Amino acid sequence: MTSPLDQKIRISGPVMVTANRVGDGAVVYRSADARWSTDLADAAVTSDAAVARELLKSAIDDDLNAVGSYIAPVKRTETGRFQPGNLRELIRWRGPSIVLPAGSSVPSLVLQN
Amino acid sequence: MYVYDAFDRTLVAERVAEFRDQVARRFSGELTEDEFKPLRLMNGVYLQLHAYMLRIAIPYGTLSSEQLRMLAHIARRYDRGYGHFTTRTNIQFHWIKLDELPAAMADLASVGMHGMQTSGNNVRNITTDQWAGVAPDEIEDPRIWAEVIRQHVTLHPEFSFMPRKFKICVGTSSHDRAALRIHDLALRMHRNDAGELGFEVMVGGGLGRTPYLAKTIKPFLHKRDLLSYVEAVLRTYNQFGRRDNVWKARIKILVHDLGPEAFAKEVETEWEAIKNGTLALDPAAVMEIAGRFIYPDYARLDDNPPELAEKRRGDRRFAAWLDNSVANHKAPGYAIVTLSLKPEGGTPGDCTAEQMDAIADLADRYSFGEIRVGHEQNMVMPHVAQRDLPAVWRALDEIGVAGGNIGLVSDIIACPGLDYCSLANARSIPIAQELTRRFRNIDLQRDLGRLHINISGCINACGHHHVGHIGILGVEKNGEEFYQITLGGKADEDAKLGTLIGPAVPYAQVADVVEDIAAAYLELRQRPDELFIDTVNRLGVEPFKERVYATR
Amino acid sequence: MRLVENGRIVEDRYVRVDDEAPIPERVPVIVSAKRFLADAAALVRRDGSLGVAWPNDKRVAELEPWLGHIALVVLVFPKFKDGRAYSQARLLRETCGFGGTLRAAGDVLRDQFHFLVRAGFDSFEVKKDADARAFAEVLARYSVYYQDGADGREPALRRRLQSAPPVSNTGETV
Repeated sequence: MTSPLDQKIRISGPVMVTANRVGDGAVVYRSADARWSTDLADAAVTSDAAVARELLKSAIDDDLNAVGSYIAPVKRTETGRFQPGNLRELIRWRGPSIVLPAGSSVPSLVLQN
Repeated sequence: MYVYDAFDRTLVAERVAEFRDQVARRFSGELTEDEFKPLRLMNGVYLQLHAYMLRIAIPYGTLSSEQLRMLAHIARRYDRGYGHFTTRTNIQFHWIKLDELPAAMADLASVGMHGMQTSGNNVRNITTDQWAGVAPDEIEDPRIWAEVIRQHVTLHPEFSFMPRKFKICVGTSSHDRAALRIHDLALRMHRNDAGELGFEVMVGGGLGRTPYLAKTIKPFLHKRDLLSYVEAVLRTYNQFGRRDNVWKARIKILVHDLGPEAFAKEVETEWEAIKNGTLALDPAAVMEIAGRFIYPDYARLDDNPPELAEKRRGDRRFAAWLDNSVANHKAPGYAIVTLSLKPEGGTPGDCTAEQMDAIADLADRYSFGEIRVGHEQNMVMPHVAQRDLPAVWRALDEIGVAGGNIGLVSDIIACPGLDYCSLANARSIPIAQELTRRFRNIDLQRDLGRLHINISGCINACGHHHVGHIGILGVEKNGEEFYQITLGGKADEDAKLGTLIGPAVPYAQVADVVEDIAAAYLELRQRPDELFIDTVNRLGVEPFKERVYATR
Repeated sequence: MRLVENGRIVEDRYVRVDDEAPIPERVPVIVSAKRFLADAAALVRRDGSLGVAWPNDKRVAELEPWLGHIALVVLVFPKFKDGRAYSQARLLRETCGFGGTLRAAGDVLRDQFHFLVRAGFDSFEVKKDADARAFAEVLARYSVYYQDGADGREPALRRRLQSAPPVSNTGETV
């Protein structure tokens, strides 16, 4: 399987780096100070391919703490904060788009039309 | 019910200890993720969108009530209170933490359960049909042969690092309820002209990016030769299956590229060298395994006892459930009961811890402590006395698994899709949920009759969409979810791949499209009892395609 | 990389000889399959143990006529996930009856030790030092197998038939 670093990194907007925490598999985001956070607000965001590449490399090297790092799009909301930029990242951020059988999932993801 | 003995338990316990050590080495950094990943996969531990996922094997879909209670415990203690039964009759837990896995595995091992070989490039869970051992039309219990093979391929030194996964299915009934021909290797028991029992061997089935139905490479294999022949097939695959391209690595590609005859010849050559060696099956060895399947001590009961007949007459809902969810049993006075895990608005195949506990109790009381799981993602109580059916129905109804929709349009088979799975392109569960809402009217469902909808969230086809009467495949187009629709697939002894009816439709239109297809069927069928699949076969997909795309 | 044989780290007696290099006298050598096949008759007559490194995408049947003269066969795991050499090993041991040393080389990690031993390997070029040191301890972890293995252990099926008591049919688990 090719490493994300082997693929040419094309950026067409703001991106962040995300992965899953080793211990519990929780979704985490790479911060500018080379940590992992479950809070998207802590994610380092860039629109520069070279910066993104560095962020990704440092994330991949940190495989003791998180696995499966990759670059994912974000988009800016009206309030200036960042939200995940595609459905997959929305689902990772907020949980499944469905009500879980034994109770409700994390506050709801609006079903896309 | 297969009874584990000290050997089985020791093997599993040693594997748990090994995994505990591997996890520790992962946390210490001694193992990188690249090194650890194949090792965790060999124990059924995936990394998905939200968390780790643990896939636990349910060999040939058979569970004891004790095991089902343990699954409920796992759901409560280590997960979010529910589990998901899959199209390979395994169970998945979607919210697992790696650091708790060794403990979860130790718990599972205490009842003889494990995740060994539910992932990785090895031989996966060997499946058969959920009515094994009790179906009137079976020749003998296929699970015995599944167990013979299972033991042989578990931690097999030669076949643990094959080009790709390998799925085996065993069938012994005239009606194929296990979807034999979509497996890498299928074994169909039958009698030859001399009256001997043996297996038709079929190889190279599989769905996914390049779907194939399995081809017969040996029309009749004697029971004695089963293991040596399976070994020869696996050895041929291990040596010559492609390893350069993950999409071309299954045995179906090898069979297709060589041609079935050349492939069969390769297998035969290898087989000749080993068939009279240690793998020749000693009847005593088979009897030893067969003897550890415990069968119920059925009471001598009559069919259609008065309590049943009376209840059937007096209660329309009960009668409808009986007709839909209860099948004939080989023992007089008994019945096979299917539990629907497809409630309106629910996730196909999901089951809560509370439901599992309740079903386990019911199984103890009414099914000799045994439960089955089928590839359609429903459960079965295989040994219910007919006179107990009214009580069982009331109890199942309370648990929410007596929907009476088995085989009907709302009995949807779906993979977890983009809500859970890191491989997915699109969601499948909300599509299934919406469809159950559109078709909530049970009279409409009965009018439509047997209608299998299969939904996959990506080309890996875990929802088996290629063999659905209506197949739905999620794809991604410009960041949006779209769905390809196929019609006319079948998974039984007349297996067939579905035909694409036209361009993919967007997420919001899928339920409308299925309603249009159903409406078209009602208009086009020759008689009310012409099944949907038969109407499609008779007319082809054109009339349906016209209907669907007329306004799209 | 450390060589492990008989459960211990050992020095490699064998010298790997490049295809273009001259073959030293009276010293155990390992040559490539290509070189061996080009000059088999002469090589097997040579004074000194002969080892052949066989690629994992070449049928071992080609080597079979010579096995009586070959002391060592090296089989390769380019990545440990590439398990072709397991089949080659079993073919050499069981079908061809090879009695010499069978060495696993390449991406050989501790988690494959028991598979390798049971497939018939008895010599291991182990990638990581820590794994090499732990060889014996790792193998001791497994006492039960379902299949026949080259390590001579009786598979579970036969052990069950040999051990006396019939299993209870009451549904009680053992």
